[in-house]
Parts: sequence; C-alpha cells; structure tokens
Amino acid sequence: MGTATANATPTPKVNHIGLPILEYRGGKTTLCAGCGHNAISERIVEAMFEMGVQPERVMKMSGIGCSSKSPAYFMNRSHAFNSVHGRMASVSTGAILANHTMTTLGVSGDGDTASIGMGQFVHLMRRNLPMIYIIEDNGVYGLTKGQFSATADIGSKLKTGVINDLPAIDTCALAIQLGATFVGRSFSGDKKQLLSMLKAAIAHKGTVMLDVISPCVTFNDHEGSTKSYKFMQENDEPINEIGFVASFDEIDVDYGSGQVYEVEMHDGSNLRLRKLREDYDPTDKANAVRTLMESHNNYEILTGVFYIDTQKPTFIDLLNVVDEPLATLPEALTRPPKQALDALMANLQ
Amino acid sequence: MATGDLALGQEQGAISVRERVANDFSINVATVNGSGSQSANSVLLKSIFGMGVPVSGKNLFPSNIAGLPTWYTIRASKEGYVARTRDAEVLVALNPDTAREDALALPTGGVAIYEEKLNLKQYREDVVFYPVPFDAITAAICPEAKLRKLVKNMVYVGVVAQLLRIDLGVVESGLRNQFAKKVKVFELNFGAVKAGFDYAAEKFTKQDPFVIERMNRTAGKIIIDGNAAAGMGAVFAGVTVVAWYPITPSTSVVEATADLLKKFRVTPEGKATFAVVQAEDELAAIGMVLGAGWAGARSMTATSGPGISLMTEFSGLGYYAEIPGVIFDVQRTGPSTGMPTRTSQADLLSVAFLSHGDTKHIVLLPGSVKECFELGYAAFDLAERLQTPVFVLSDLDLGMNNWMSDPFDYPSTPLDRGKVLTAEDLDRLGGFARYRDVDGDGIGWRTLPGTLHPKAAYFTRGSGHNDAAGYTEKPDEYVAVMDRLARKFENARKLVPGPVTVRDGSSKIGFLAYGSTDFALRESLDQIEKEYGQDVDYMRIRAYPFAHEIHDFVASHERVYVVEQDRDAQLASLLKLDLPADQVTKLRSILHYNGLPLDARTVTEEFATKEGL
Repeated sequence: MGTATANATPTPKVNHIGLPILEYRGGKTTLCAGCGHNAISERIVEAMFEMGVQPERVMKMSGIGCSSKSPAYFMNRSHAFNSVHGRMASVSTGAILANHTMTTLGVSGDGDTASIGMGQFVHLMRRNLPMIYIIEDNGVYGLTKGQFSATADIGSKLKTGVINDLPAIDTCALAIQLGATFVGRSFSGDKKQLLSMLKAAIAHKGTVMLDVISPCVTFNDHEGSTKSYKFMQENDEPINEIGFVASFDEIDVDYGSGQVYEVEMHDGSNLRLRKLREDYDPTDKANAVRTLMESHNNYEILTGVFYIDTQKPTFIDLLNVVDEPLATLPEALTRPPKQALDALMANLQ
Repeated sequence: MATGDLALGQEQGAISVRERVANDFSINVATVNGSGSQSANSVLLKSIFGMGVPVSGKNLFPSNIAGLPTWYTIRASKEGYVARTRDAEVLVALNPDTAREDALALPTGGVAIYEEKLNLKQYREDVVFYPVPFDAITAAICPEAKLRKLVKNMVYVGVVAQLLRIDLGVVESGLRNQFAKKVKVFELNFGAVKAGFDYAAEKFTKQDPFVIERMNRTAGKIIIDGNAAAGMGAVFAGVTVVAWYPITPSTSVVEATADLLKKFRVTPEGKATFAVVQAEDELAAIGMVLGAGWAGARSMTATSGPGISLMTEFSGLGYYAEIPGVIFDVQRTGPSTGMPTRTSQADLLSVAFLSHGDTKHIVLLPGSVKECFELGYAAFDLAERLQTPVFVLSDLDLGMNNWMSDPFDYPSTPLDRGKVLTAEDLDRLGGFARYRDVDGDGIGWRTLPGTLHPKAAYFTRGSGHNDAAGYTEKPDEYVAVMDRLARKFENARKLVPGPVTVRDGSSKIGFLAYGSTDFALRESLDQIEKEYGQDVDYMRIRAYPFAHEIHDFVASHERVYVVEQDRDAQLASLLKLDLPADQVTKLRSILHYNGLPLDARTVTEEFATKEGL
C-alpha cells in the first residue's frame, strides 16, 4: 500500500485496491530485446493493475516455448505454473476445478497451441472454461531456432529461404466455432487496443481467447515474413476499436465519434466496441467466422473482438459446484462419515 | 430323457457311488457376450455365498460389445481358496459356438448342463450330461418374446441350484436383493429360476457328486470387485477432482467413484463439492489431475496400460515439480493394445520409472479388494505428504472380478494434507523457499494459489530450478534438487505400506509376490506343504520403494522365489536394482503371463520342477 510519508518523494499512484503498479511487475525478461512477448507482458501488468486485481488471486499458466516463459516476467505475486509443451489447457482446467474463484491467465504460443497443443486447446474452448487464454503468435518456433508453426501464413518465408506451403490455422475462427465466448485478435505493438482487450478479458466470465500477433525479432521479422512488424503495420486492419470502462472506475472515457456497441460484462462493467464497419456484430457467431474467412481471402489480418457471448454457462456453471474453492473444503465436507461406509458395507453383505 | 446320462463305466467306479464333492469345485458358465448373463451369474454366486460357502467369480470376457463368447467361472471352496482353477468341473453350456470345445475341456467325471439342441452327449463318455430345453421352458413362463433372452439365463440358475442342492430360499432372497424394489422384475426372474429348479427336480436323477452344503464361512463378509473398492477408497480419502478417459479395465473405478460422490458430496442446496471430468484423452486427464493437485485439491485418475504410456511426460513433471495426484492403473496385458480384457502385472517397471530423466514413483500394490480400498485412500495421504504422484497398481482380475472380503474399516486417522503454509504461517516466517529441505526429510513446504500473502507465490516449472523455485541451469543447484528428491524417495520407504508376512517359519526358501498373485500363491504354498512336505515362507509386497523388511526377508533366506504375472520378471528386476549385490543371486522367478488369472497348480508345478522335487 502506498503510505503517505513526511518526505518529499511523491506517493506512487495506486489502483483502487491500493497497490502501486510495481506490485504487478515480474522478473527481468530473458527474451530477445524487442520481442513482442515483452510488450504483451507489459500490457498484462497494466491491465491487471488498472482493473485492481489482487495479484494473489491470479494463477498464471503456460506451456513450453518462448511465450510460455513470459509468466515469469509479470506479476511475481501470483502463483505460476509453467507446465509441459502443449498441455497448458489441461493443467489450467485442473487448477480451475480446484479453485474456480481465481482469475486465471494462460500464456501459450502458436506452436504450443496450434500444433502440439491443438487437442487440448479445442477441448478447453469447447468447455468454455473461465480463463484468459493468450496465444503469443509469431508463426515460428523460436527456442529451436526458427521452424514454421501451424499459424504461419501460406507463402511466408523463413530466414533460411524455406517457403511455407500449408495454410495457417486461424485459432480465432476455431475458438469461435468451438465455444469460446470472448474471442479477439490484437497486435503486440498496438498498446491501446491490446490493453483494452485485456481489461475486458479480465471482466469476462468464460473462455477468453486472444490471439496476439507478436513478431519474433530474431527468426520471423524479415522481408517475406507475414508476421513481421513491417507487414503488420501495413496490413493490420482493425474491425473495431475497444474501450473498456471498469465499473469501479469513475472516469468516463469519451471515444469520440462513431457507432458504439455496448456489452454488459458479468461483473457489471461495460465493454464498448466502436464499430469501424457498419455491419459488424460481435454477437453473431456465423458472421464472425465468415468475417475471418473472408479476411483470409483478402490477405488481411483483422484485429479486434470478433465474438462475445456473455450468456453461455461456463464449465464451472455446468458442474454446478459450490461457491467456495473445492481445494480447501474442510475434511467434514470431503470425507463422508463412518455411517456412510457402514451403510455401504451392510448393502454388500 | 428321464435321467442324466451316466456315462462313466462301472469298472472305473460310477460317479453315483463316488464320494460326494461338497463345496470344492468350479462352475463354468459359457454364454455369448451381451446376452445379459451377468445378473444370472451374480445371483448364482451370491446364492453359494448365501449358503455360507466361500466363493469367487471370474468373468472371462472378450474385447467386444456383443456376440463373442464369454465365460464366467464360479469357484466354491470350503478351504476359502479364491484363485482360478485350471479345470471347472461343472459346465453350463449356453453358447452354441463354443459348446463342443467347452464340453471337451471338462475333466473326467465332470458335469455338463446344456441346451438340449446342442447334443453334447456325442463328444464325451466320461461326463454326466443334463440336457435342458431352455427355450421351451423360458417360452412357457415368459410370454413376452423380447424378454426371453434375458430370462433364459435365470432358468439355468434354477437348474444348477436344484442339481447342486442349493436352497431355493437362498436364491430367492439373493434375487430379491438384486432387484431391490422392482417387484415385477423380481417375479419374472424368480419364476424363471423356479421353472428351472422344478424342471431339474422332475426330470433328473442326480448322477454327479457335486453339491453345495451349508457352511458358516461367509457370515459378516461382503462381496465386491476391486475397482468398486478402489473408488470407495478414493471417496473416503475425500477425493475432489476426478479426471479420466475411459479404458478397459479401469473404467469402473471412476464409475464407482462418481456414483459415490453424487451420493455423498452434494450439499443440501444441490451443489457439488466435487468435479468429475471426462477428459479428451489420458494426457489431459493427468494434466487436470496435476493442475488440481497443484492448486490444492485431492485429485485422481484411473487408467490402464495404453493410458499409462500417454501419461508418461506429465508423470515426470509431477515428480520433478513435486505435485500430488493419484493414478490408479488397472493392469491389462500389453504390449501396445495387447489383450484388453485379460489380466497382467506387466506395468510395474514402466510405472516405477515412468518418464524420462531420473524419474521414479511411489507405487502401491493392493493384494485384495480390502486393500484396493485401504491403499486407495492411503494413496491420497501419501501423495500430499510426499508431494508427488502416487500410482496404485491393481489388475483386471482384482479390479473387475467379485471377491469375498471382510467389511472395510473406516480410516482411523484424519486426512494428512501434507506440508502447506498458510498466510499466517508466512507472516510468522517472513517468506519461504518452495523446495528447501527445512525439516531434513527431503520434503519442502508449499503454498496454494489464492493464499493472501505477498510472499505466498512461487513459480512451478518442469525446467531446472533451485530450492527457491527459480529457473536455473547451474550444475550445483540442479544437483541439490535432484539429490533432495532422492532423499525424499528414500524416506518414502518408511512411509509406504509395509509388506505383509504371510508365512513366517524357519524355511530356507522364501516367496515374494504382490497384488492378485496372492490368491493363487497362498493355495499353492498349501499344496507345496501337503504334497511335498515342504514348508516355505512368504512375504507379500505392498509398495515401491521397497521397505527394509523386504531386504531383511531376502537376506534371511537361501533362495527366494518371486512369483509374478508378466514375462520379464519385472518385480524381480526391480528388487535386483534395490538389493545389495550379494543378495541378487538368491532370486528366481516363477512367471505367468497368458492373460488368465494365475492358478495355484502352475506355481506348485514350476516350483517343484525348479527345486527338483
């Protein structure tokens, strides 16, 4: 907590739970200088700070890869689980079953999700497990020095000159089809959009799937790559601009002119989408998928929130579990009494 | 045919004048998979149990939903032996496809009760035949044609009850129990039993010596299968998160667990205090178990060989990141798909060292349904105490067959949730290092996500870490953690269930075994004593790592036979890795791995050969 002191040093700005942003910081990054993943970590720190999330109430999950290392670089006061390659989904599922009162944020990569982790990814989406699932997407395997991943665009070129001749998997389109209830795509370099999206994600109840294009400065940021900074700056076409206003935040942000689409979130806060296109409706599932498919044909990368459903029950709702975390229920509630065993035994005689 | 045909020649001694064989024989019921014979088999089993006679039942079934042959053998044993026998003296032949083969397999002097149309008489002259027109009897008492197939099974129960002199009242009460409140179903089925019973009374003169006589050896006992017992163990351990993927023969562990959770773990408001998830595969199942265990819930999965293979990588993570979880492995034959509905003990080595790197696991080895329950709940305490995955190795024979047992005792100690620091602890301590051995037992203290203290969090990873859970590639820090893990495992020798000394004489010869091998081995050791006058000692192993008593047992014998149900002498191999070099040569193996449950005679013969008796 920022406490007033007699000396002249200014009291650091604190959020509505009284924590300075410093308390949301992580360890020093070991990723390459300029890596998009670091920018995403910074936005996560800002979003959690601005939303006033208690760091101890957050579980940071990841798989294996450059992206999956990043939970070490934000929010040191949160428990973290860096699991095995492609299996963040199942570990997160178990952790959330054990304690569904936590805010769970998972960071995966395009290899970790769209190749080795595809099986678990699709089932997590299908269950609408309440968590934020971020793919830090650079279309390339960094730690093994630059092989294509399954989100690499067809026709893109590796540093070695190898051309990718298979189509990219659109994780957003998949997530929408499979049942995720908040699906969007952003760009690690677009601070404003990504921050807004993350803040909305924190307020959403259900699976949030954010595919964040995050250029690999070492292996996939050259001429011919379709996930480089240069390519993204030229081809990034936002479909809507998001501003997020938390209900506990007094400031009313004016987004200027343009149509506003307002969605009420589960925690009472409002998500306001400004439509850049007259016809875009993020609650229309079929249209969301069609929009994404059309963008592929046009070689466009759409960013923004493609799909939102605030009504669909989450996996936790379906399991109809008690409000308390299952992990810490007392023995009196978890071990049936002796009479229960005696009755079972009598029945078997 | 007014009587059963007496086929044995007088010169060899007619069966009718032979001594009665009471409470010491097996019945083999040959049917077709999916024909609904299970409840009839169960009623017959429970009727013998109801007569006070020790009994066991084994289902030998195909990996198929319907149409392939299946056999159910029931053994009545006044001595209380419950293992499989090689021969079944009484055959109930209802499957036309296997009837000839089944009849030919009968021992001389055996009995064949069979569907009249099968005309089995033509194949043997040394067997008593009781032909029964099952279809005609069934049609007469069951007007509804579509129910006849099911009801027909009950007719055989009646015929067998009459021929074996089982009290009809006992069958009736067993049947009443089985169908509980469904009065109409009971009436229809009991009508079928009675029709068979009366038909046999009217048409047959008993020509065989096999009878069930009232005893008093089952009073107070229960009948249950190992999987149901294991599920019960998990529930009385307070299991809270269950993630699984269906696989024979482990599926019924989770079914039993889920049924009991629904019964005992729903609040008055209708909310569940548990979560059961059918995962997308075994990788996800174990991932969920570890995620839940990490976050503090008691979690489990149940699987069999192919699932164990898929759980390999995660098991290493659980070991290295030190996360509790319980994995029931109901073993079936391998390699690969193997024979999915046949029993085996061939997962032991792969489970003990499941995953790459220097990984080893706690493995519990229940040897009875009672131990499926007891080790089932002990596994959860051990997993949280030792902060590691704990495997419970059962097998198809133990897990899916019905066994007689003493009733299970309620756990005498409260749940041991292991070393977990609270926010108050952290206030007092000022912080903690997740993997530091502060108590000298190799086990660190952990915190759970959600602990409201700025110093509560730590970073869990399967990558190299130091004792403060920080990433490391420093040789010394890596070695320190690996050595502590080894100390923890060494310490586990004292914490896991110790071995049971079954026979402790002054013999120079000892036997070691685990799990379902015990049933046949006990009987075999009696045979060895009776037939060869050889007194031998026997210790039953109940866990890996091996307790010191197991080393002492080997040290105090000249020769030690390790009996197990796998080809590669896996238990003996694991022992050899653990024993001092001068003890290793004492071990010799008796192996059985054809997928059928072990029988006593196989062990006795192998032992006699090896000993030159």
